[in-house]
Amino acid sequence: MNSPDTGFPITLTVNGVPRSLVLEDARVTLLDALRERLDLTGSKKGCDRGQCGACTILLDGVRINACLALAVSHDGASITTIEGLADGDVLHPVQAAFVDHDAYQCGFCTPGQIMSAVGLIREGQAGDDPERVREGMSGNLCRCGAYAGITEAVLAAHAAMNAPDVLPGGHLSEDAA
Amino acid sequence: MNRFDYIRAGSVAEAVAAHAAGAAYLASGTNLLDLMKGDVTRPERLVDISRIFGLDAIETLPDGGTRIGALVRNATLAHDPAFAKAYPAVAEALLSGASAQLRNAATTAGNILQRTRCQYFYDTASACNKRQPGAGCDAIGGVTRTHAVLGWSEHCIATHPSDFCVPLAGFDAVVEIEGPAGRREIPLESFHRLPGDAPERETELAPGDLVVAVRLPPEAKAFAAHSRYLKVRERTSYAFALVSAAVGLTFAGDRIGQARIALGGVALKPWRARAAEALLAGAIPSPELFARAADAALQGASPSGDNAAKIDLARRIVVRALTLAQAGTPARIPALPASPFGA
Repeated sequence: MNSPDTGFPITLTVNGVPRSLVLEDARVTLLDALRERLDLTGSKKGCDRGQCGACTILLDGVRINACLALAVSHDGASITTIEGLADGDVLHPVQAAFVDHDAYQCGFCTPGQIMSAVGLIREGQAGDDPERVREGMSGNLCRCGAYAGITEAVLAAHAAMNAPDVLPGGHLSEDAA
Repeated sequence: MNRFDYIRAGSVAEAVAAHAAGAAYLASGTNLLDLMKGDVTRPERLVDISRIFGLDAIETLPDGGTRIGALVRNATLAHDPAFAKAYPAVAEALLSGASAQLRNAATTAGNILQRTRCQYFYDTASACNKRQPGAGCDAIGGVTRTHAVLGWSEHCIATHPSDFCVPLAGFDAVVEIEGPAGRREIPLESFHRLPGDAPERETELAPGDLVVAVRLPPEAKAFAAHSRYLKVRERTSYAFALVSAAVGLTFAGDRIGQARIALGGVALKPWRARAAEALLAGAIPSPELFARAADAALQGASPSGDNAAKIDLARRIVVRALTLAQAGTPARIPALPASPFGA
């Protein structure tokens, strides 16, 4: 147990690099820890209430809203942000697909959209069905309305990554296609 | 957000011991942190239960039932192949709720304990008997399309927002609790309270009680071949229910064996429709029978404001869900889970 007097020391592995920090206050969200303490401002603060998806990151490999997670509660976690996707100058396939398919206009929601798409493809629930992609991406709002391009980009990235088709979890019987 | 003491509990006993007046348990925090950011709730202490070992298991019990640990994520449960096959309406309800990001974080216990999404409860400038007992209710006479048509009182017309809880109530789930007074169980159907004259008391939990698991009985699996969850909302995805229904049927020849029906979005608790179930049991299914069952399910409904349309909407959703359940559980959860526009 820690008290406000001593602060809360935590370590996060962010984009493969261990980062230690001392939170002076338990109220710090993962989003604020990334943006304000670790200077990783790619994850955006849109609504800060879990409604827009602009802060989407991968936490231990799974997409979540960083604005609705307390950093202190996730001591030891492994995090991937938009800054951790590209390999040097080589874009991640989802990033490349967003460029190819004009999947943004102002760009504010884009890091969250891309992280959410990476998470969706990993979850293996979208396959090549645009309806499942739209449903799977519904936690990411785009006020510019680039949804058509976003859907195309996710489908193209899924194909380019040769991602496995739908996991068994989506199936309710053995004979499902 | 107010300042709070933060305590990470290593065990259920430690968590219960650390709980004190003004404290709240923290699992993922998808609802709690949202409420704290809006100053709707101001806990003085958060007891973090997210690291407690053993609370994140999905277990098959010796009797064939299923025990879902308090910390099992909504997405993990919905995508568990054995669970989805045994309880397809529960999986479909889970996948129709919130967004993928939230389902990846939100827990079993957090879901059943989530607070109402009544906008007057969220708006601290509005009067709300839940937030401040005796303050009044600004929802009454306000914008009420998300509000109750069953079981409401002049003190509160809010609804319970969970999709997950609707089939849980329909299929006789039981909530396992550990607290200062020891271990006990409450049927999910009677876990949430109707508002009456004390809308600030939302569940049967006593102070310090910790939900440790939710159990589904083996009998619920009998409905797996004819189960659906259907949900009408203001957009196709990522919205709370205006009205929803979980339905399960068994068949004996050309007759219905047993029926299970629960409604969401209509009351401050998931609404089990036992009179409708009784009417369906042993009967030959027909559109007329389903219409009578829908009437029985909405028996006693009355608008709490400008929301009379929800009563007719709920009747139609019951008929539609029964019709879909009779046709059979789909081989795969539809692309748009629980949507009337889905396949």
